[in-house]
This record gives sequence, C-alpha cells and structure tokens, in this order.
Amino acid sequence: MVDASRLGLIRAGVTACLALVLAPLLLLVGHSAAYASTVVDEPATCTPSPENGCLRVQLPRGVEVAGIQFLVETPSGDTVLQETDEQGFSILEVTEPGEYTVTIDESTLPPGVAILPDAQGNVIVTRTAVLELTEGRQASLRPAALNFSVRAEDYRSVTPLSEQLAQALASGIRLGLLLALASVGLSLIYGTTGLSSFSHAEQVTLGGMTAYVMVQWFGVPFLLAAVLTVIVCGATGYLQDRVIWQPLRHRGVGLIQMMIVTIGLSLALQYTFQVVVGADTVRVLTTQAATVSVGPVTLTTQSLFAMGIAVLVLSVVGFALLRTRLGRATRAVSDNPALAAASGIDVDRVIRMVWILSTALAGLSGVMLALVLNGVKWNSGLQILLLLFAAVTLGGLGTAFGALIGALIIGVMVELTPVLGAPGDLKYATALLVLILLLMVRPQGILGKAQRVG
Amino acid sequence: MNEQKPPVHGDEVSPDDLVEDYEIEVDELPEELLEESTKSKTVKTLILTGVGVFVLAAMWFVATNFTGTIPNLCAQVLREALKPQTAAVAIAVIGLNIHFGFTGLLNIGQAGFMLLGAYGFAIALSNGLPIWLAVLIGLACAAVFSLLLGIPTLKLRGDYLAIVTISAAEILRYVGRLSQLGDVTGGSHGLAGSAYRGSFTDLSFFGDGRTAVGPFNYHNTGVDGWWVRAVAWATVAVVLLIVWLLVRSPWGRLLRGVREDEDAIRSLGKNVYMIKMQALLIGGSLGALGGMIYVLPTSVQPDAMGRSLTFFIWTALLLGGAATIFGPVLGAILFFSVRILIRGVTDAVVPDSIMTTQQAAQFSWVVVGVMLMLLVIFRPQGILGNKRELQFNA
Repeated sequence: MVDASRLGLIRAGVTACLALVLAPLLLLVGHSAAYASTVVDEPATCTPSPENGCLRVQLPRGVEVAGIQFLVETPSGDTVLQETDEQGFSILEVTEPGEYTVTIDESTLPPGVAILPDAQGNVIVTRTAVLELTEGRQASLRPAALNFSVRAEDYRSVTPLSEQLAQALASGIRLGLLLALASVGLSLIYGTTGLSSFSHAEQVTLGGMTAYVMVQWFGVPFLLAAVLTVIVCGATGYLQDRVIWQPLRHRGVGLIQMMIVTIGLSLALQYTFQVVVGADTVRVLTTQAATVSVGPVTLTTQSLFAMGIAVLVLSVVGFALLRTRLGRATRAVSDNPALAAASGIDVDRVIRMVWILSTALAGLSGVMLALVLNGVKWNSGLQILLLLFAAVTLGGLGTAFGALIGALIIGVMVELTPVLGAPGDLKYATALLVLILLLMVRPQGILGKAQRVG
Repeated sequence: MNEQKPPVHGDEVSPDDLVEDYEIEVDELPEELLEESTKSKTVKTLILTGVGVFVLAAMWFVATNFTGTIPNLCAQVLREALKPQTAAVAIAVIGLNIHFGFTGLLNIGQAGFMLLGAYGFAIALSNGLPIWLAVLIGLACAAVFSLLLGIPTLKLRGDYLAIVTISAAEILRYVGRLSQLGDVTGGSHGLAGSAYRGSFTDLSFFGDGRTAVGPFNYHNTGVDGWWVRAVAWATVAVVLLIVWLLVRSPWGRLLRGVREDEDAIRSLGKNVYMIKMQALLIGGSLGALGGMIYVLPTSVQPDAMGRSLTFFIWTALLLGGAATIFGPVLGAILFFSVRILIRGVTDAVVPDSIMTTQQAAQFSWVVVGVMLMLLVIFRPQGILGNKRELQFNA
C-alpha cells in the first residue's frame, strides 16, 4: 500500500519535472523554424574507409570558436587551409598515406582566446598525425584527433553571463535527462531489492559500446542499432537476474556481499570493453551534427533528438509506474516486499521486470550519452557512476521520481559550476559536495519519506 | 565478562598461535553455534598454511634453479607479492577491516584516506619538515577527514556513510588534480618521488650496493630497494600486532557488538556513536599510513588512488576474509600476485594473433572481476573468514 499523501507528492513531483523538462524543449521546437537560417548548412562530413582517413582537428570542449585557421601540410608537401566550424571542429578527408603536419594560425585566434602552455611550459602550435593505409582494412590515422589546448581565457568577458547561464542550463538539462534514464533504473533496483548496483555504470557503457559495434562494425543504420541496443541491454538484465541476482536473493546472501558482486561484475565488464573495443574513445557516429541555435543556446540536432527521446521514455516509465498493474506492483514491492508477496504479488517476477527495464534504460542512456558527448570509452560509465548515485540519493533512496529530479539537479549543477566561477575541473566535485551537504540537512533526500534513517 | 588471558608462547608469535587465540574468543559463544568449530578449523588453518608455504617454496625453487617462461613467471609472482605497494595496500586493507570487518562500517572511500595521507606526508617532506612530523601530519589529515565524514553520517543508516565516503574520496581526488593547486599538489601530474623521498632513504642503514636473494635482486637502499621493502613489511607486522591487541580487548568486543546489534550495545549504556567514530578514525589513519608507504617507491598520483584502488582494497579484504587478523594481508598478497599469474599464463598460452600482451593484461583484470564475483557467491567469508562473523547486514 502506498499512502495517499505520498502518492500526491509523487504526482506533484512528476508534474513539476515534466513541466521543467518540457518547457525549454517546446520553446526550442517553437523557435527552431524562426531560427532555421542559423542551422549550419553543410556540416563538414567525412567517413573513414579503406581508401581515406579523416583528419580531425578539435578545440577543447567549451571552446567552440569558429574561424580559427589551420595550415595542413600533406606528406607530398602541399598545404591546405582548414577552418574550425561553430563547434570548434575541423575535419579533412585525407587519402595520401604519410605524415600530416597541422599548424594553428595564431593570428586567427579571436581576442581573449589563447593557446595554453602545457605542463612543461611549451606553447605547442604544431601537431602531426600519420595516415596508414592497409589493403582491406579501415585507414588508420594516429592520433585519431589532434587536440590543441586552446582556452578562452576571457570567455567570460566576451559572452554576457546571462547567455552563459542559458547555455549551461540547456546543457545541464540535457545531461540531467540522460543521467535520469540511468538513475531511475538504479533507483528502481535499489527500491525493490535494496542493492546498490555498482555495475549499473557499466550497463551505460555497454549501451554506447553495443551501438558503436553495430553501427561501425556491421553497418547497421543508427536508429535500428539504437533499438537493438536497448533490446540487447534489456536481455543482459534478464540474464543477470536469472543467473546471478535471483539465486543470490534466494540463498539469502547479504546485500553487502551482493554489492561486492556488482563491483566484480563492473571490473570484469570494464576490461572486457578494453579487450574487445580497445582503450580509446570511439564514436558511434563519425559525421558532424548540425547545430541549432535558439537565442543564446546552441545545441546539436543530435542533442535535441536525445533529449526528446529521453523525455518521451521517462514520461512513459513514469506513467507506467503510476497507472499500470506492474507499476503499482513495483511500488508495492519497493514499499514492503513481504506485504507485497502476501497480497499475491509475484515479487520475483516484478524484480526481474525491474532488472530488464533498468538495464534497457541504462543502455538507452549509454547510446544517447555516446551521441551527445562525442563518443564512448571503456570508463565512460565509471565517470558518471557517482553522478548516478548522487542523483539517486539526492532525490531520496529508492524513489524513482526522486531519481529523476535528482538527476536534473545534478546535471544542471555540473554544467553551471564552471559558469559560476569555480574551476572547470571541479564540476563533478561540486555535485558531490551538494550531495553531502544535502544529506546533512535532509538525509532522506528530496522526495524521500521522512523516517528514521539511523 | 571473563577475561581470557592469552596463552603464553615463546617470543615469536606465529600465525597459528594467533588463530588459536582468536578461536578461544569464539568459545564464549553458546554451544550450539560451535559444532564444527575450533578443532576442525584449526586443522583447516594448519592445512591451508602448509599448502601456502609449500607453494611458495616450490615457486622459489623453480624461480631460482631454472630459466624459461615458467620460472620467470614464478619470479614475477614472488616479486609482486613482496612489493612495497602490496604491503601498503595490505595496511589499508587492515584499516578497512577495522571499519567493515569488525565494526560493520561501509567505507567505500579507503583510497581517499590513502591519498590524503600520501599528500600530507609528501607535501610536508618536500617543505623540509622532519620525517616523523611528516608522518604525523599525514595521520592527522586522515583523522580530521574521518571526523568530517563521521560526524554527520555515523548517526544515520549504513548506506549514508558509504555514499559520503565514496563521494568525499572523489572530491579529494578532483581537488588534488586541480591545476590551480599545481604548486602544492602538482596538479594532475602529482608529486615526483624525488621531491620527498630523500629524508626516507637517508634513514637507511642498509648501505649501498645490491643484494640478491633467490629471485629478488634489489639495491640495498635505492628508490625501490630492500630498505623500503623492509620498512613496509615491518610496518605491516607492527600494525597487525596493534590490531590484534585492539580487537581482542574489551574495546574490540564492543566493535563487534556494534556490528552485530547496535541497539543491544546501546542498551548496555555504551555510546555507539563514539565507538563507531573511534573505529572510523583508527581505520582511516591506517589507510593514510598505507598511502604514505604506497608513494615511497613511486610518486603521488591522484588518479592512482581513485575508485579502482578502493575496489581492489575491498576485493583483497573479502578474498582474505573480513573480521580476521591475517585475512587482509593474505588477501592483498594474493590479489596482486594472482593477477600477475593470470596475466603471465594468458600471455604465454594464448598466441599473439588472438590476444596481444596488452590484451592479456586487460584479460587478467576480467578474470579478477569474475573471480571476485564467484568468491563472494561461493565463499562469502573469504579464505580465512568465519561464516558466522559475516551474517550481518550493515
């Protein structure tokens, strides 16, 4: 039984979340027609093949400055002039094997943007990449992308704070929505079984990796690959519950021990990714996405697509939890498994459904994150693991809607940190600090039931 | 409570003696719980120790008397087992054992304590402070850190300490990496060992030159030689002795009482909060001590002491057996050397066309992960552990 006041609170929370999430999105959709002219017409595209490689030059994230020029010297001595696009990328199709030298033209750096010296104090303006062609295999370009450590030191004085805030808020909601997909699942697992699953982050990575393998190794169209990925990930959840978690539950293995099992699983999965895919960042889609600007906010079409899907899926999950039999059964099991079992609910079946749903959601989140954050790596999940836990705890341990709100708060916090003056390296740390501070004031989390927790 | 006097032994305290004493405490339990207890367990322990000694001796023999892939591998495994880092992790595991094994506290940020100890120690030394003061500063950092973590969370349910410790450890790592703090912490590059190692190697009375013993051949003092190994393992021995004395004291019984049933201890008029705080503080300081030894032969790298290391520490604890005296040390040694063994075997057996050397190294971690899962599923008490001691749920 879920008492009425709590249900009301949950409803209010969901409505608030959806409104919060939908409002900017509707705004974007409504405006995109009016701002259609700002869509970059012809994004530079390049796909590696056995005959050609793609020479990518990129500026660090956060420095999306267009119009910086590079001089590319080809192995045969020709020079090509390249220019960064609005995302700070430049991509050049190269076919001639050998060494390419890329030199940044410092005179084209806009005011306030400078090349940062590296740790040894050297200012590097030239970098090289080598193209190797092997018969019957994809052209290999090492390194895969040339990074110039350019930093907009006076970015703040160039862009008004309000615009920075708007952009950070949009990016934050984007990150929050994608985190929410994963953390709702984590929260459902915690709620129904009491298990803190450390391998949930690897389920997120698994999503990105599966999509990468399907699209880049087998040439599956992206949308189909995304759907298949979700199915595959859901299947891993089913298998896991069947083979590991259900037997452990029935043997009465302690939750701490089960948590350690998830640590083992996460370790095994991380290194499996390394063995199979390698230790580098891989990109699911190698094409450059077009961008859409609405007022001060610039997002790629891929981001908008990912946000749209996330909102849709989260709404469906929310609706299902509130309105369907299975959803009610899930909440009943979260509340009191013994009572749920006594009132005729098949607890094992509910938990299995929760595992399938959670891993499928994590997989979807992984695909979207790989799309939005420009690739996926064996430790992509590990990097967001704590953000997921923070989201779940912030919202209230085991309350699915709390996890949604928590994820949005964490996402926005992470993106707002650099704008508000803290060093960018600390953006994950501030989210965790907020979590610790909140736990001191309100240990049960935002939506958690006020109860004795000690 | 009837105090058990420790049986009188010779000057040397052997592993078996400690285990026996430990069993005497179990004897205080009601009889129905003691069916398969003391004698069969002592026999088991004896057999286990025998097998361990035999395997070690065999590896030593093979490594010193033959050449080739297998002797090489044996030598590598033995060297990994004796590494100062293995000793350092063992000390951190002993600390975690006080938290989790004896008191039931879920600390998932032990690497954070190590990092803090290492920073405090290394920064103090590179600023020219004497070494004893540097060690104290490192320990004090960890003590303050555990107070900060413990005050708000120890009154709450166990999960909250878990979340706060892992988050705080990560915050520490991020702050250590900050480029703005480059002058103090060295940013993401960390602190080079040469900046602080000097006053430690100056203490050495091992002299110069090299000494070879069996498969081991190191400088007497050097950067990563016999001196640091001797100090590291001597510290492990001292810490073991202290922990052994602590947990068999009345205070140690209180710890286990808190683990089993907080309310029962509270009803006896004890301050559970203070007991937990003391356990957190002592275990955390041991973590810091481990961190200091960890960085002696290498350098302070914030990223080397992140979540992964915490997870390794947990694995080592469960492998050896939580709530035992020797479990943590055994677990740490086994954890690191078995991985080397798996890596070597994979590399030797699987041809390069299927798995490169690098992939073999990655594969060894996959095996470690799967082993951890199987271990917890099939032997949740670890190698030396007592199943009854781990029936609790923190």
